[in-house]
Amino acid sequence: MTERPLTRNIYPDRPPMNLKEYENTGGYAALRKVCSTMDPAALQKLVQDSNLKGRGGAGFSTGMKWSLIPMGDKATHPKYLIANADEMEPGTFKDRLLLEGNPHQLIEGMILAAYAIQADIAYVFLRWAYHEAAALIRKSIQEAYDAGYLGTDILGSGFHLEMYLHTGVGRYMCGEETALLNALEGKRATPRAKPPFPQISGLFGKPTIVNNVETLCCVPHIVNNGAEWFKGLSYSDDGGTKVYGVSGKVKRPGAWELPMGVTMRELIEEHAGGMKPGYALKGVLPGGASTDFLTTQHLDIKMDYKSVAAAGSRLGTGTMIVLDSGTCPVGFVHNLQHFFAQESCGWCTPCREGLPWVEKILLALEKGDGKPEDIELLQMHTQFLGPGNTFCALAPGAMEPLQSALKYFMEDFEQHVGHKKCPYD
Amino acid sequence: MPRIYIDNVPFEVKAGRNLLEACLSLGIDLPYFCWHPAMGSIGACRQCAVKVFKDAEDTKGRIMMSCMESVKDDLRISVCDPGAKAFRAQVIEWLMTNHPHDCPVCDEGGSCHLQDVTVMTGHDYRRYQFKKRTYTNQYLGPLINHEMNRCIQCYRCVRFYRDYAGGKDLNVFSAHNHVYFGREKDGVLQSPFSGNLAEVCPTGVFTDKTLKEHYTRKWDLTNAPAICQHCSLGCNVIAGERYGQLRSIVNRYNSEVNGYFLCDKGRFGYEFVNSENRITQTLIRHRTAEAVDEPTLMSHLPNILIGHTVIGIGSPRASIENNYALMELAGRECFYQGLPDNQVFLEQKIVDILSAGAIHTPSLKEIEQADAVLILGEDIWNTAPVMALAVRQSVMKTAAAHVQEQVPLPGWHDAALKELAQESKGFLANMSVLSSPLDEIAACQAHGAPDDMARLGFQIAHLLNNTLPAVDNASAALLQDAHLISQQLLLARHPVIIAGTSAGSEALIRAAYDIAASLQSSERQAALAFVLPECNSMGLAMTGASSFEKALAIVQQNPDVTAVILENDLYRNMPADLVDSFFSKCRQVVVLDTLHNRTTEKADVLIPVATFAEGDGTFINNEGRAQRSYQVFMSPDKVLKEAFKWLFEMKVIRSAISNGHDVHPDEMLAGLERAYPQFKGIAAVVPPHEFRIHGARIPRESQRYSGRTAMQANKAVSEPKPLQDDDSPLSFTMEGYRGMPPAPLIPYFWAPGWNSGQAVNKYQQETGGALKGGDPGIRLFRDTGAQPAWFQDIPDAFTPRQGKWFLLPQYQLFGSGELSIYTKGIAALSAAPRAILSTRDAATLNMATGAAHYTVR
Amino acid sequence: MLSTTEKEAIDHEIGLVPHKRATVIEALKIVQQHRGWISDDSVEEIADYLGISPAEVDSVATFYNLIFRKPVGRHVILLCDSISCYVMGYKSLYAALQDKLQINFGQTCPDNRFTLLPNACLGCCDHAPAMMIDKDLYRDITIEQLDDILKKYA
Ligand SMILES: Cc1cc2nc3c(=O)[nH]c(=O)nc-3n(C[C@H](O)[C@H](O)[C@H](O)COP(=O)(O)O)c2cc1C
Ligand code: SF4
Ligand code: FES
Repeated sequence: MTERPLTRNIYPDRPPMNLKEYENTGGYAALRKVCSTMDPAALQKLVQDSNLKGRGGAGFSTGMKWSLIPMGDKATHPKYLIANADEMEPGTFKDRLLLEGNPHQLIEGMILAAYAIQADIAYVFLRWAYHEAAALIRKSIQEAYDAGYLGTDILGSGFHLEMYLHTGVGRYMCGEETALLNALEGKRATPRAKPPFPQISGLFGKPTIVNNVETLCCVPHIVNNGAEWFKGLSYSDDGGTKVYGVSGKVKRPGAWELPMGVTMRELIEEHAGGMKPGYALKGVLPGGASTDFLTTQHLDIKMDYKSVAAAGSRLGTGTMIVLDSGTCPVGFVHNLQHFFAQESCGWCTPCREGLPWVEKILLALEKGDGKPEDIELLQMHTQFLGPGNTFCALAPGAMEPLQSALKYFMEDFEQHVGHKKCPYD
Repeated sequence: MPRIYIDNVPFEVKAGRNLLEACLSLGIDLPYFCWHPAMGSIGACRQCAVKVFKDAEDTKGRIMMSCMESVKDDLRISVCDPGAKAFRAQVIEWLMTNHPHDCPVCDEGGSCHLQDVTVMTGHDYRRYQFKKRTYTNQYLGPLINHEMNRCIQCYRCVRFYRDYAGGKDLNVFSAHNHVYFGREKDGVLQSPFSGNLAEVCPTGVFTDKTLKEHYTRKWDLTNAPAICQHCSLGCNVIAGERYGQLRSIVNRYNSEVNGYFLCDKGRFGYEFVNSENRITQTLIRHRTAEAVDEPTLMSHLPNILIGHTVIGIGSPRASIENNYALMELAGRECFYQGLPDNQVFLEQKIVDILSAGAIHTPSLKEIEQADAVLILGEDIWNTAPVMALAVRQSVMKTAAAHVQEQVPLPGWHDAALKELAQESKGFLANMSVLSSPLDEIAACQAHGAPDDMARLGFQIAHLLNNTLPAVDNASAALLQDAHLISQQLLLARHPVIIAGTSAGSEALIRAAYDIAASLQSSERQAALAFVLPECNSMGLAMTGASSFEKALAIVQQNPDVTAVILENDLYRNMPADLVDSFFSKCRQVVVLDTLHNRTTEKADVLIPVATFAEGDGTFINNEGRAQRSYQVFMSPDKVLKEAFKWLFEMKVIRSAISNGHDVHPDEMLAGLERAYPQFKGIAAVVPPHEFRIHGARIPRESQRYSGRTAMQANKAVSEPKPLQDDDSPLSFTMEGYRGMPPAPLIPYFWAPGWNSGQAVNKYQQETGGALKGGDPGIRLFRDTGAQPAWFQDIPDAFTPRQGKWFLLPQYQLFGSGELSIYTKGIAALSAAPRAILSTRDAATLNMATGAAHYTVR
Repeated sequence: MLSTTEKEAIDHEIGLVPHKRATVIEALKIVQQHRGWISDDSVEEIADYLGISPAEVDSVATFYNLIFRKPVGRHVILLCDSISCYVMGYKSLYAALQDKLQINFGQTCPDNRFTLLPNACLGCCDHAPAMMIDKDLYRDITIEQLDDILKKYA
């Protein structure tokens, strides 16, 4: 049995551990170790050495991100650390598992990350719908305060940290790290230009690090077991395990922590139990709604950042959505584009105006009102809503499933036009 | 200077700029929407895309927003790249998916930035087949019209209204493709800068409602460069006419003065020109037929001008040419300002201070660039609104400059600078009688009697310069404020002190001077700005003429006086009993004015004169900048000529000396300069009237002016001969020189591809910089480096006197203007006449809260 | 007028941030929690309390989909309409709800019992289709279960 550090103590049928139980399984040992033996620079280096990559979707090296924060006496304070627990990417439910399954693990990870960058204030930015997680985190933060893991002079290290829970009021955009900052400032969640990066000008204009929940949950384990151990957990160059998920018409949808780099086939066929009877696998969005489709030909690729990218998609959040033979790919993509168009913040032109157009074309195709030119228009959008053309990554993300659907399922699109109806109806 | 390559051609560009600014400054047409030269970049519209290449080898490049990239040495970009072009056209196609096809009925048509860019990008075929999104519009008051369906979501309106001008009641609502720009509910826009929405909005969402009442397309207007008539700042405007009516005022860019923006009084207050209350007839009173023609008037005038003492009463709202002509008619000693002693005294003090030249007086742009501002006793929000806007920019820019010291962000990166600066502000101390919206951004504010504010000022001066005396019996609050303010002013490199005449206190002017002069040092450039009441108050004050009371004394002694009153309703400026007694003593009263008022009623001879729109004239603003305002149109009533022309004819009658032709403004200015050295240089304010380019005049009408052959068809079948302008290089036709005129002669901003006002970028030396050839206007005060002469007499603290009231006029942006009130919308928005009491006085009177009426004996 | 409880809760939030205006969203949440939705009056009261303009508050309020600027029923049903629930048949669930409650997305029952809204991914894609009523999450729902579920909400 491979190691599952993040989910080892999470059981579907048991409530999560309270502080005592968490401590009994080795919880907060990492914090103790850091407080007594490591300076922030050493912790930063350790995380950099571990090859931990951000689990929020973009896969940026966490150690590298931290290294950009101003340190030392001259650095501006307060500095902020934010756990991005907005998880709203359709098809994604991995952070929920960690939040509801082991809240102290996240809190410990946050305190460690805060220590590494010498943050003064930490926020958990939690999506509104996770009520159970909210209650657990609130309780756990209190427990951590009571135990002296939060507040002033944590474990005698001279390090201070305040931690708050912020729950959102909807909008997928809040997960985009700079829009998240605006939301925390009580503003409309429109994204900010980068540069300046949040590390320099973040929350309230102060240096800020935003990390995904899963990313932060890895940190205590890296501290406890070392960078080499963490790298060794993985089947690939990227360190650690990954919480993968599968949803759609498979026998056992769910989420599992596995070594980074397991194959798609293993995930779908073993862990998810294969397709439901009567359904064949037609395609997969490997890492949430804003990743490119892969198909049966890709089943043996490793689910790590590099391999998925090489196959023409992105690991994204690592939670895959299965397109089955009974579901119309055009309708599937329409559903996605409806989501993205709704969730566009309305700041930049291509996304605000382009996505609703795309959505309408797909709906027309579904209804049998499509025209041959529509496919060209869709293609045009996949080209022009690409990275760099829009203000943030929402619209480019939206185009990934569309462009790959056009690539792999063009026949389906053409049939909609040719037969003037949806062949799956 | 970094060298960048644009489509493989090397250019030297200015450091610190973004690529869009660099391209526009080089004259390259690169479309944009959300960027604005005064507001910087936010990168939202994605219209300004270019290709950026890694190096000379890179042929693929990346699409980037030019407004969001700094120029860097050796940067390679392409504007013409097919990919970039296609993307820019696509952005327009996206915007057009929901934009109505209503150009023919849209007020913006023909001067529309969106039209410009649509044509520029080549988008012409609609592929979007679905229904358009529609919105409901809002009632935004009498000045601004709202048509939300035309919105292209560039966010400029809210960035101007809220971020730039500090307005509270316009914002962006909702999300995704439902974003909506307007108020939280229907209602009058509260910001006095709301009219700029019509110019910052790139399409027809926010438009000028007053124009709607007599709508005319930009191309059909006859335009001239004019000067705003409504306060002493002298904002540059473009005034447009059709069918003998003044129809619109838009901003005329002048980087030193108003930049890109006007206040609503200036923009909308033009309707007095079209008023029914205009004087249109020459009258000789006390006859059976009072209305007379010009020859009759001329034959009458010798009777009252020859053989009698003639005195002239000048006007702070009449041009310097008009005032000078009256001085010439009456003689220097017999020319009076037509203002009360106190006002003349105050303004004289200001003129003395500025002409001594020991301390610099700033332009509005310099105020914008100040890093600390102290306003001492002047309610600039109401008396000099665009100055208040400049002060706001100083406060915001200083805050940005502070954070830029920590994080080196370029100045154009608007959103990022705001995120970094958060709520921090530069230093502003606002001391005035009543509170104003400026208080909100002021670090320090106090409100009280003018003498008390002056005492605060003197204490500040004392703290800055201990050779100046301290204030006796100062209250703890005063000492504390003085300490804080002096400390902050000392931290500044470019502090500006602002004072004015509206509080009626000379002590304030002296105190402001002492502070500014104390701040001046080798490492600190202090400046001192004064606000005066009217558009030519400074010009009139510079004549050094005496007050109305002196004129009264003359008529009281001399029973044979003919008083010639120029554009001055004496009843507005002086107590009625004094004016009544003046008129009762005058033998003959000649009044030249534009609108009927209580003074014109007293005229024995009433002569109609041109407003700024019907005549040429030079006005001297609060910084001593002389600026020419050009005639927009020739009135069909021939008699409506400039006062100086009438006055010159009267002088000919009196002295029998003529120059042999109709007098024109250049001669007036030349004469003025000869006779009065304080006006030295003023004659060079504009090119001479015979100035031509390649033998051609500069046309007031665009090449697309339509209906010329038909517009008078109800009167004559053949096209009338175009009117001749003998006074300026401008013509009343569409023919003439088509290139770029010298800056003072720009009748409208228009360039190939740029029908909208955005064409201004073609007229600037660099985006947001001076106009080509230099901004118009001549500053008459010069910094001399003279040693300051200190003032020391500090007034006592204000103590109410038993049984006496201390009354101060309270200027209102909408309501106090003599002329602007003729605009219906402005009249409607003016507050009812009222008296404001201090809470202490109200308490002594046992006035109940909410009591509307109280009789004061 | 904001109630004392509302004010106290908002004051607490104000204490945590560098400037008052940063608590707009918190204030909206607090008021909505007490009143069910955010009326124009609520917008003005919040604006007043935070010293900002109503337009500023409403600009934020209208951005977020879970701030209700119109009255909602006693219970709010959020039916997930995102991809995994789509694949697993949320549409038939929606049809069933329309049929039972006689309302469409965005509408409230005449007796004010339910408001039915679509909601983006609820984060339980492995148990699709999912829906949330008030704070209760329902997963792996079948049409047959609907009656029993709805019964719980008076
Ligand atoms: C539209 C959009 C939504 C996003 N939503 C989330 C989210 O819900 N959770 C998350 O962790 N990251 C999300 N991200 C990614 C974040 O912007 C950011 O990259 C991430 O939180 C960084 O954390 P990491 O470095 O630990 O991955 C989103 C990005 C975009 C463009
Ligand atoms: S791509 Fe543009 S409109 Fe879309 S969410 Fe990002 S910034 Fe907003
Ligand atoms: S002008 Fe550059 S993005 Fe709008």
